[in-house]
Amino acid sequence: MLRPRIIPCLLVHQGGLVKTRCFEEPKYVGDPINAVRIFNEKQADELLVLDIDATVNGVQPDFDLIAKLAAECRMPLCYGGGVTSAEQATRIVDMGVEKVAVSAAAIANPSLLTEIAASVGKQSVVAVLDIRRRMGLFATGYEVWTHNSKINHKHDALSLAKQLQDAGAGEIVINSVDRDGMMQGYDLELATQLKQVLKVPLTILGGAGSLNHFTELFERLGLVGAAAGSLFVFKGKYRAVLINYPAPLQKQKLTQLSVIS
Amino acid sequence: MNCVVDYGVGNIQAFLNMFKRIGVKAVRAHEPAMLLDAKRLILPGVGHFDHAMQKLNDSGLRSSLEQLVLEECIPILGVCVGMQMLARSSDEGILPGLNWIPGHVRAFEGNDQSAALPMPHMGWNSLHPRPTVNPLYKALNNMPEFYFLHSYFFDACDNDDVAATATYGFEFDAAVSRGHIHGVQFHPEKSHHWGEQLIKNFVEL
Repeated sequence: MLRPRIIPCLLVHQGGLVKTRCFEEPKYVGDPINAVRIFNEKQADELLVLDIDATVNGVQPDFDLIAKLAAECRMPLCYGGGVTSAEQATRIVDMGVEKVAVSAAAIANPSLLTEIAASVGKQSVVAVLDIRRRMGLFATGYEVWTHNSKINHKHDALSLAKQLQDAGAGEIVINSVDRDGMMQGYDLELATQLKQVLKVPLTILGGAGSLNHFTELFERLGLVGAAAGSLFVFKGKYRAVLINYPAPLQKQKLTQLSVIS
Repeated sequence: MNCVVDYGVGNIQAFLNMFKRIGVKAVRAHEPAMLLDAKRLILPGVGHFDHAMQKLNDSGLRSSLEQLVLEECIPILGVCVGMQMLARSSDEGILPGLNWIPGHVRAFEGNDQSAALPMPHMGWNSLHPRPTVNPLYKALNNMPEFYFLHSYFFDACDNDDVAATATYGFEFDAAVSRGHIHGVQFHPEKSHHWGEQLIKNFVEL
């Protein structure tokens, strides 16, 4: 039976791994290749690696680093950051990466997803949306941001997610900016709304602070990807760096609640 | 030599990475001459069925592969769309498949039993190898999990060709074997120790 996925999310900044809070205060947590080796040992379900410099600096993805990550990774790998063309996506997939994530470039031009899907197949195309709750007294709903949450696109998150799915995304990853690094739990309301409108697999990132937060998400949504950053790189209230991941038996327990045949 | 067939489709490097990790020599074969001393073949594939078949037909490798597989009985492992290409035909296209294992590739979409589930079928699913003795599944009898990522599945004509099944809304053929010809819908190259075991078993065939 298929089970929900538990996915460590690693942020690359200036060649190292960092963890942020609400997309600010990047704290160095280690070397990317070393982290991949540890997650191999721990049999992580997948890895999501996002380069948070590439888009804001307007540079290409770091292909050398991607090749090294892919060579080391014994599990499916999704890379995102700075991807703006189907050629880049193809080059990344050719290096041994399963999925390519696109955010800013796809929001500016959803047909990019169609082009990438035509080159590498829809199953390898992931759209990442950084989402914040609308601010203001009577505001409701969610807006989409890009460039490390510096640019507000004002799009409604749900309709944009649907649009990107229809354009060719084989998976949608939602990153809750307000919950990033806070470890207070996922935005279950947002996750539920998205699950209702999407047909492709959905992965939720932002807010996980304990294994109970996964359970909450799986009970509510069933088949879903649960991604987390802080939880898998920090230990204790002083945020000491320690890479961790649920042991296979623990993972089995966590995911069997919502297993769908 | 273990050859990963490079006809322009599929994640060749992921297999080379895997072979390197388990300490087994393998090469990327992109022209017929490179297949001359092939002892085992991996046929990868991603994306659309017709695109993959067209690329294979245009690659100049097809007749060499047919010689190796059908005449010399060299073991071959088709992976993902590479497995689907072993079939006779596919819902995803109009081109004929290799027809090395009789079967038709069907879409999950339109099937009532999987209609409520996310599509593609993505993630870790338990694999149920058939209890028959198949050396490809040696030491993989204790509920192994493999990574799947697909929207179409192989439906074998002959039940004896089904090597393993998995369930997504309903039970489907997740792996087929006929003699030295094998296909797996899942990705052994990205399935932790289970995938390594399967590839190790394959190189011992």
